[in-house]
Amino acid sequence: MIDLGGIDCDIHPTVNSTADLVPYLTGYWREMVPMRTMGMLDLASYPPSNPLSARDDWRSANGRGGVELAKVQREALDAFGTRLAICNVLYGGPVLYSDDMAAAICTATNDWLADQWLSRDSRLRGSIVIPTESLELAVEEIERRAGDPRFVQVMVLCMGEMPLGRKHYWPIYEAAERHGLPIGIHAGSSYRHPPSSIGYGSFMLEDYVAQSQTFGAQVASFVTEGVFEKYPGLKVVLIESGFTWLPSFLWRLDKTWRGLRAEVPWLKRRPFEIVRDHIRMTLQPIDAPDSGNQLERVIDQLGSDDMLLFSTDYPHHQFDGDAAMPDLIPASLRRKILVDNPLQTYPRLQEAFA
Amino acid sequence: MSVDTLERVVETTVDAGVIDCDIHPAPKGPLGVMPYLPPRWQEHLKRFGNNFRQPFTGGMPYPRFGDGNRVDARLPDGGYGGSDLAFMQKQHLDANNVAYGILQPLAPNAQSQRNLEFSAALATAVNEWQLEAWCRPDQRLKASLVVPQEDPEASAQEIRRRASDRSFVQVAVAPRAIEPLGRKRYWPIFAAAVESGLPIGLHVGGFGGSPPSGSGWVSYYLEDHHSNAESMQALITSLVLEGVFEEFPELKIVLIEGGFVWLPALSWRLDKHWKTLKAEVPHLKRAPSEYIREHFWFTTQPIDEPQKPQHIRETIDWIGWDRILFSTDYPHWDYDDPATALNKIRMSEAERRMIFRGNAAALYGLD
Repeated sequence: MIDLGGIDCDIHPTVNSTADLVPYLTGYWREMVPMRTMGMLDLASYPPSNPLSARDDWRSANGRGGVELAKVQREALDAFGTRLAICNVLYGGPVLYSDDMAAAICTATNDWLADQWLSRDSRLRGSIVIPTESLELAVEEIERRAGDPRFVQVMVLCMGEMPLGRKHYWPIYEAAERHGLPIGIHAGSSYRHPPSSIGYGSFMLEDYVAQSQTFGAQVASFVTEGVFEKYPGLKVVLIESGFTWLPSFLWRLDKTWRGLRAEVPWLKRRPFEIVRDHIRMTLQPIDAPDSGNQLERVIDQLGSDDMLLFSTDYPHHQFDGDAAMPDLIPASLRRKILVDNPLQTYPRLQEAFA
Repeated sequence: MSVDTLERVVETTVDAGVIDCDIHPAPKGPLGVMPYLPPRWQEHLKRFGNNFRQPFTGGMPYPRFGDGNRVDARLPDGGYGGSDLAFMQKQHLDANNVAYGILQPLAPNAQSQRNLEFSAALATAVNEWQLEAWCRPDQRLKASLVVPQEDPEASAQEIRRRASDRSFVQVAVAPRAIEPLGRKRYWPIFAAAVESGLPIGLHVGGFGGSPPSGSGWVSYYLEDHHSNAESMQALITSLVLEGVFEEFPELKIVLIEGGFVWLPALSWRLDKHWKTLKAEVPHLKRAPSEYIREHFWFTTQPIDEPQKPQHIRETIDWIGWDRILFSTDYPHWDYDDPATALNKIRMSEAERRMIFRGNAAALYGLD
């Protein structure tokens, strides 16, 4: 046990199967779950048995991670002295093709999270999952949850139907900004498109590595479409994205913008500056060598102390033992990453710290 | 004094001349390679034109500014930039002391044609045109051997047929293919390249049908242009993870116009998650970054310009100064001038010589 006293911005309570959600479904969908074999809606991005989806010592007897409250309390909260933790549920609701089915499963997932987790440990907070591609239903779900202060952000997956900055999605951002909810973009794909511009590869490892490249495309999309000009109060959090790729990504985006800025005349500042004001990233995974000065260099290249938010990504396997906050992170940044930056990013967490 | 810049004026040209690893020759008009096609395919081109995986019959899915070239590269008679050897010699090769220039023919695009027989005929025509219109009249210019990449057997034939002509210094493959290029269907291309002693040159582009991001089609050329760097990362990932370099330990890959500053972070991410997921790729005998260090080269244009230029220096220190090749992208709009483009990066004279000439000379076998 270590006492970091931080705010963990990414843990994963896990739905065992759709049976967990049935009590929270309305009559029609209760019938449909068994009738249509909707029992297992685990995301292809996170197969339960995959070594990355759960650390071996964090798996329950059924082989899955994140499925028991007591275990999550002990391993994810007590073990790090965590004061608050944001629960990001990765389950199939948001990626279903039918608007109504997606909305039903998302609503049930949020109800399940509130009832089974948030109500049973005061340290837990939640992200609202939404049927991202169905605008009206997505906004309805945000409105339904917004009055519950335990829900602190709206979560979408990194790879969906369209780049997230496009105007199609703006009603979601209007609602999120109005309610003081950041948009959390979590790694994962709906597999509407190949994971990269070169097509479908062969390996899970390949898909996982490619996530950071599409996170980059999402950053470029939010910036170039002018989302932050339209919604100046909006924050976007990249969750489980890795962060070491961001500075070099933005060097090129700045340069390309300088050459092509006539295409996006609403942008008045370099993309890097816009990103520093509006985009945040969770700490894990730390994609950098375990020794040497490379990590420190990347943090220097970010040019901001405000962007990183502490996370363990529990139960995903990103580090061994209790090395959630490795010594390579400069001491001067620790307090900011652990507490200050999360509080600045998530206004709804501030009350718990008042 | 700033540690980021030198006080004196920097001489960026190397006395013996630079090697420019990315020059774009253009045909004279849309039908410029017609004479190099057999009659059957001339007729096809006239009647049916290009057929790519994109929405427009002419032009690019994301419209450029102007014609995509430097305004001053347009010919006095209004001709397209890069379409006249004498003009290119005067404006670029002579003016910038270019000892060798590596041609990257992008149009007409043979690699991405959906009709595979036309793809093969057009690749052959483009290769003949490079020799006759460019390399023979000016021995400084070297050709890239264009292949009908979605027909790997035909590609291998084209490579073997031309391998003895030393005007060709690499095999030109488009990164955005139908499938990631590491997959086995493309291995005949790599086998023929290795057998012929030619590197594979991957210049950004291609119409493979997949959108520029894992989340679909972006809105702006600005985004599409940047996505080239992400394509290159996915490409390295594919080539390494599929075990291409276990099968072809002598294979050399040149990534052209896709940048390089992202390579450290990509390598770290690959290594880190490979440790967790290595059971999925047991054919790999070493960490991904070790294959990358051994098999990849990168061209400079468009050179990144962070606020602190030493960040580029630190990045090249990590990648290796022997892996970076100078390029201008002449005559495209985002051209890098050899006299100024890299000036902010602090370099020793030895490092300068490597980037502007030595690395490319060694890689391509140019004196």
